[in-house]
Amino acid sequence: MTPDLHCTDLTKRFDDTTAVDNVSFSVPPGSFFSILGPSGCGKTTIMRMIAGFLEPTSGDIQIKGKSVLNVPPNKRPVNMVFQHLALFPMMNIEANIGYGLRRAGLPKEEITRKVGEALERIGLPGIGHRKVDELSGGQKQRVAIARCMVLEPDVLLLDEPLGALDLKLRERMKVELKSLQAAFDTTFVYITHDQSEALVMSDNIAVMNEGRFEQMGSARDLYYRPDTAFVAGFVGDSNRWNGRVTKQNGDHVEVQTSSGLTLRGATHQRALSIGDQADAFVRPEAIRIAHNATELASFDNRISGHVTSLLFNGAASRVLVQGAEGGEEVEVNLPQSGEFASLTKGAEVHIGWSSDQANCFAGGV
Amino acid sequence: MRRDAKFGLALLLTPLLLWLSLLIFIPHIDLFLVSLRERVGVGKYDISLANYLTFINEPLYMWTFLRTAVMSVVATVITLLIAFPVSYYIAKMVKGRTQSALFLLCLVPFWVSELVRTFGWMILLRETGIISNLLQSVGLASGPVEMLYNDAAIMVGLVYTSMLFMVVPLVTTLESLADEVVEAGYDLGGNGLSVLREIIIPHAMPGIVSGCIVVFMLCLGNYLTPTMLGGKESLWFTELIYSQFIVRFNWELGAAFGFLLLILSSVIVWGMLRLTGQSLEKTMG
Amino acid sequence: MIPSIPQSKFLTVSYAAYVTLFFVFLALPLIVVAGFAFNDSQFPSLPWEGFTWNWFFGSERPMIGVFHERSILRAIGTSVFVALCVSALSICVGLSNAFLFNRYKFRGQSILYVLMLLPLVIPGIVLGISILVSTSRVANGLWDGFGWDVEALRPGLWLVVLGQFSFITTIATLVIGARLQKFDRTLEEAALNLGASRMAAIGTITLPYLAPAMIGAFVVAFLMSFENFNTTLMLVGSDAPLTIAMFDRLKEGSTPLLNAVSLLLMVGSSCLALLMIAFQKR
Repeated sequence: MTPDLHCTDLTKRFDDTTAVDNVSFSVPPGSFFSILGPSGCGKTTIMRMIAGFLEPTSGDIQIKGKSVLNVPPNKRPVNMVFQHLALFPMMNIEANIGYGLRRAGLPKEEITRKVGEALERIGLPGIGHRKVDELSGGQKQRVAIARCMVLEPDVLLLDEPLGALDLKLRERMKVELKSLQAAFDTTFVYITHDQSEALVMSDNIAVMNEGRFEQMGSARDLYYRPDTAFVAGFVGDSNRWNGRVTKQNGDHVEVQTSSGLTLRGATHQRALSIGDQADAFVRPEAIRIAHNATELASFDNRISGHVTSLLFNGAASRVLVQGAEGGEEVEVNLPQSGEFASLTKGAEVHIGWSSDQANCFAGGV
Repeated sequence: MRRDAKFGLALLLTPLLLWLSLLIFIPHIDLFLVSLRERVGVGKYDISLANYLTFINEPLYMWTFLRTAVMSVVATVITLLIAFPVSYYIAKMVKGRTQSALFLLCLVPFWVSELVRTFGWMILLRETGIISNLLQSVGLASGPVEMLYNDAAIMVGLVYTSMLFMVVPLVTTLESLADEVVEAGYDLGGNGLSVLREIIIPHAMPGIVSGCIVVFMLCLGNYLTPTMLGGKESLWFTELIYSQFIVRFNWELGAAFGFLLLILSSVIVWGMLRLTGQSLEKTMG
Repeated sequence: MIPSIPQSKFLTVSYAAYVTLFFVFLALPLIVVAGFAFNDSQFPSLPWEGFTWNWFFGSERPMIGVFHERSILRAIGTSVFVALCVSALSICVGLSNAFLFNRYKFRGQSILYVLMLLPLVIPGIVLGISILVSTSRVANGLWDGFGWDVEALRPGLWLVVLGQFSFITTIATLVIGARLQKFDRTLEEAALNLGASRMAAIGTITLPYLAPAMIGAFVVAFLMSFENFNTTLMLVGSDAPLTIAMFDRLKEGSTPLLNAVSLLLMVGSSCLALLMIAFQKR
């Protein structure tokens, strides 16, 4: 099956900076693809090149197998939901959604019918005559998507459209976007700097940093098997240690940190040898906490220490533990099963984790 | 309301009311009353519409009035047509330093007296002027060409003088149009023309209206440009007012003319606001 | 079309050419006026007779320069005097108006605001004659009733000041009002909270914040007054401000002396405007 969108060796240079550096990827039909990265990583540049507002320095963009490099933006079979939505304030909702259809020269009755259907589909029937600024943030969001979807594009581009919404609404829109995508059965390409948006909605995610794709894969892959230290640090929360590899045994290594701690971790096939600088990442939820050291006998990393802070956040509550032998504070998930309900600051605790959960990467200093 | 707040309000209201009543309202009422006077003897006056009847019955006055109105409208339209692409260029095509530099350049002629600007056009357009000499040296004309003292020269002068008052509001409104919105127009299949018609112009409407109002007003009330650049035949209504007041000392007729000019400008400004659904506060303030 | 939308080369180039042409159109009359100020000839027109400073510094006939031409110097003085009066007056009333419309809510406020804008849409010449008619009625009344001859109400500098003030105040109000609108009221509340009286709060917090707008309004008012023609024409007496004096000379025929005056005006007003911009940036 030809992918809906296929980019080959895409590169974009501005004067002396390279915003996008040799990026290749393809997006299969009907899937939700996200590009996740910090601001300034080049993700917006990729999106604008696909939409036709920027010309790539080199490389190719194919949509449904055809190169669109020489197609102007108004003729490309892709549509875009802009960061600030870019609804036309001088038109009402109906005229906004019907704009593209009018450009395509469809007869009036058909436009009215299609606009009606689109409004129905986004769950806002009968608001066609309202003005743009009379809608709530979430409604505008849906109108912006409907405005594109009536044109039945091969690919819909979304440029951080949830950024302007408040937290509650953003959570709701994540679910809604995913179901809209399923309802329209269209390929979505979504860019964001918010990892939870990407993780929740996407079939595939590319993590981008400084113009390159660090890793491409499912949310699960990125979270549990990061390829690079950047991905491990960017996706999800982690405790991070830096040190030198002192022992190696197949996939397993021992890392000596500068504060004197010895950690056992796994390389998961990444190149790392004795004497290398290494970064070790351990997720707070991979760490077990116990009142009694004997409960942790099965783990090959164990620290005893005391609680320095309790970070209560409902189900996501954590504690910071300071090891007795020094080293950095460790962030640990606090099980809410009740056995730690009486935990107080300064209390003695023991923590431990398996070396398989400690991802080690060749690291900087 | 607390007492000192009331006192403050009264204190601030006083200068405003004094200014508006003494310098705007009472003078205009006086003007209207004078325009209704008819001199029947030495120092004796009757109330009548005689001055307005004179205006209607004398073709020269009526003709000049209409000519002034029509030419002002034409000058406004030309100014808009010339200024719009330039304003768009400044607002949307260039950014940063170039943008502020170009905008500043547009303001420069405004810092200089209208008299100087008109003088400049006289030097350019007259028989012995630059353009005439240029045409001769290129061989496009065999003798001196007089380009001054006609309606076209008035038009050039009016458009030139008014340009700034069109460019400033246009640049201001066009600048507030987000790039994203224009891009969305293209992204959804629009082309240059349809984006201009459906997105850019509707967005710029408040700027267009306020620019047009100010430019029209300035053209209508202009005295210098038609006097200096226009010919003997090309009378402007303000010249009639001046000559009645200062030369003939017929204040009654002059006042009637002044009042007619005021009504004409008010009607057109009001009509323009009505037609586009704008309000004076929004376009001026 | 914006830079991110691909356009044909031809269109881009012709658009830029059009804008360039526009600026040539804008600059041409000013350049010509400035250039001929240095022509060593009796007329500001071709042929070019050579470069001279005489139209600025010359002291002998027939080339008397600006700095030796008494009547022009006096007219400049008159204009400056009028402009200073008008600017000072309109800044005071404009400041008061800005506070009135920004800080108080009262019945009829929106109507009063529209009325305040009206002077902008009254043709200058009509403003001039209405004030002329009105003041002479009062002056005649005073003469007939009491035998007082009030010189200030006859055409002359004071009427010119009043006439210009009547519409420049609106502009001052708008300029100052726009800045006051952006003022964060909590700053004033903070000052009150820290022990300032209401007057002290305005004096130490609000007015310094408004200062750039007031300076801007002053410069704009000064320039508008300096170059005003229509209203002034109807109200002027024997002491003519510069624009009127130049107009009278221009009617009689022009010499490069007028170019020299014009060039000085351009330089002067450009300096003022740049000064204002520098102030606003700070």
